[in-house]
Amino acid sequence: METELTLRVDGATHHLRVDTRTSLLDALRQRLGATSPKKGCDHGQCGACTVLVGGRRILGCLALAVAHDGAEVTTSAGLAPGPDEAHPVHRAFVDHDAFQCGYCTPGQVCSAVGVLDELERGWPSAATADVVAGPDLGDARALDREIAERMSGNLCRCGAYKGIRAAVAEVAGVEDGARR
Amino acid sequence: MRPFAYATPPDAREAVLAVAERPDATFLAGGTNLVDHLRLGVAAPGLLVDVTALTSAEIDDLSDGGLRIGAAVRNSDLAADRRVRARYPVLAEALLAGASGQLRNMATTGGNPLQRTRCVYFQDVTTPCNKRAPGSGCAALGGATRNHAVLGASEHCIATHPSDMAVALAALDARVQVLGPDGEREIPFTELHTLPGDTPERDTVLEHGELITAIDVPDLPIATRSRYRKVRDRASYAFALVSVAACLDVAGGEIRDARIALGGVAHKPWRAHRAEEALRGAPATDESYRAAAAAELADARPQEGFDGGNAFKIPLLTGTLVSTLRALAGEETRA
Ligand SMILES: Cc1cc2nc3c(=O)[nH]c(=O)nc-3n(C[C@H](O)[C@H](O)[C@H](O)COP(=O)(O)OP(=O)(O)OC[C@H]3O[C@@H](n4cnc5c(N)ncnc54)[C@H](O)[C@@H]3O)c2cc1C
Ligand code: SF4
Ligand code: FES
Ligand code: FES
Repeated sequence: METELTLRVDGATHHLRVDTRTSLLDALRQRLGATSPKKGCDHGQCGACTVLVGGRRILGCLALAVAHDGAEVTTSAGLAPGPDEAHPVHRAFVDHDAFQCGYCTPGQVCSAVGVLDELERGWPSAATADVVAGPDLGDARALDREIAERMSGNLCRCGAYKGIRAAVAEVAGVEDGARR
Repeated sequence: MRPFAYATPPDAREAVLAVAERPDATFLAGGTNLVDHLRLGVAAPGLLVDVTALTSAEIDDLSDGGLRIGAAVRNSDLAADRRVRARYPVLAEALLAGASGQLRNMATTGGNPLQRTRCVYFQDVTTPCNKRAPGSGCAALGGATRNHAVLGASEHCIATHPSDMAVALAALDARVQVLGPDGEREIPFTELHTLPGDTPERDTVLEHGELITAIDVPDLPIATRSRYRKVRDRASYAFALVSVAACLDVAGGEIRDARIALGGVAHKPWRAHRAEEALRGAPATDESYRAAAAAELADARPQEGFDGGNAFKIPLLTGTLVSTLRALAGEETRA
């Protein structure tokens, strides 16, 4: 069964007709040519398909496109402020060797942008010692534990975790306002 | 994947009628369990009725001091809510122990307790499974049983319920608000899920077409001193082997009251009434905690399996309960 919907992807508006079974990930990759989000597992287990919807990180593979009519989707490619410019998270990934093959990277980057926003809002995580007080970001080791826990939904077969943690920590340490 | 129609009726009542009148219709919320099942062939509905915009996404204060959590509230927003963190830390901790940041942004209050078992045979349509295909047998019996039940199982199904959030809600005396074709009803959270018995295809007492509209947590002063502790094969992004949700009221070295539920051990979040009973009036010591665990696990029956089975869950659960209660007893009441 087919249905019509509108998606805003990385700032451009698209009207498309899709089978109701189409995932948001497949709509992005196969219909709209937005190939930065990747298909790793297609079952919610790896995070390669992570995109931002309305600024929040979600998994494109477990989202039905039809349930996201009108959504504002941002992929890793769309985070760049201009054609030859990089987002601070992109730059930090390069500076810290936070990838090898790069397959997981667009998902890691979108997830990291989500994490930075969640930290800024004071959301606790499973690594937060006191959920009432919220995360303690003053201490570098506590911050590293927070980042590891919050990024755990993004697997990396190349094992670039050390660089990924360092990259996210660097951006988290930047002065407020310059974060995103 | 079987083709399906997708509908967003104007309100919750229409959604209930749309599902009730079609045996092959089902509700869709965050989709994190249902979409996976569509892809695996575990579920093959002909109509998906999306209820995310039709149920409340708000957390409202109840007149009795509790909270009403709308069915469409995302797991991440619930865990971040300041009232939840202060009054029910066990609920915030249980949510944060589950899944990943991306999944919690999608998963909903209504969908989370209704997620289905992670039994690998249930998810693999090529193997027999009484829950997925009633009467076909249970491939887990004598199979890989590491993740299976030690309490309340039957010869027809030994699956566990995978939700972390549900374990906290069972400890908190939560109530489920339900809208059905014949009107509204309220179900105590501990009575929402069923044991497998000879109807393992059923997970809950909900009838086809009944919609969860909200979950209420009551005013519960004891919950300000509460914790969720989850043990799993890796430190994050894995389902529980066992888990404990506990609230403890201790004064002068004596336990005045306790609320405890266990996860990873049964077909439903397991409210540990026997352990609570054993603790009331007892000294706040490791001996009391161990005796409480022994009382609760007296009827536990481990499963054999080619993977070594799950007898390890009994000492693991005992240790987890003891350490959780010990930590709570040593802690000032939060909030
Ligand atoms: C890789 C992975 C890891 C995970 N790890 C964990 C974990 O560690 N701990 C944990 O607890 N969970 C975990 N989850 C499961 C996740 O928490 C659930 O899938 C999620 O909470 C389900 O909510 P949903 O809104 O997405 O439900 P959906 O998938 O939309 O629906 C689930 C079921 O509930 C029904 N339903 C939904 N809303 C309603 C309603 N309001 N009334 C009646 N019926 C309704 C649907 O028809 C469907 O049958 C994990 C999931 C994945 C994919
Ligand atoms: S334990 Fe239950 S869910 Fe798993 S195979 Fe047996 S019947 Fe199916
Ligand atoms: S492709 Fe979506 S989580 Fe793996
Ligand atoms: S860089 Fe290769 S999978 Fe992460």
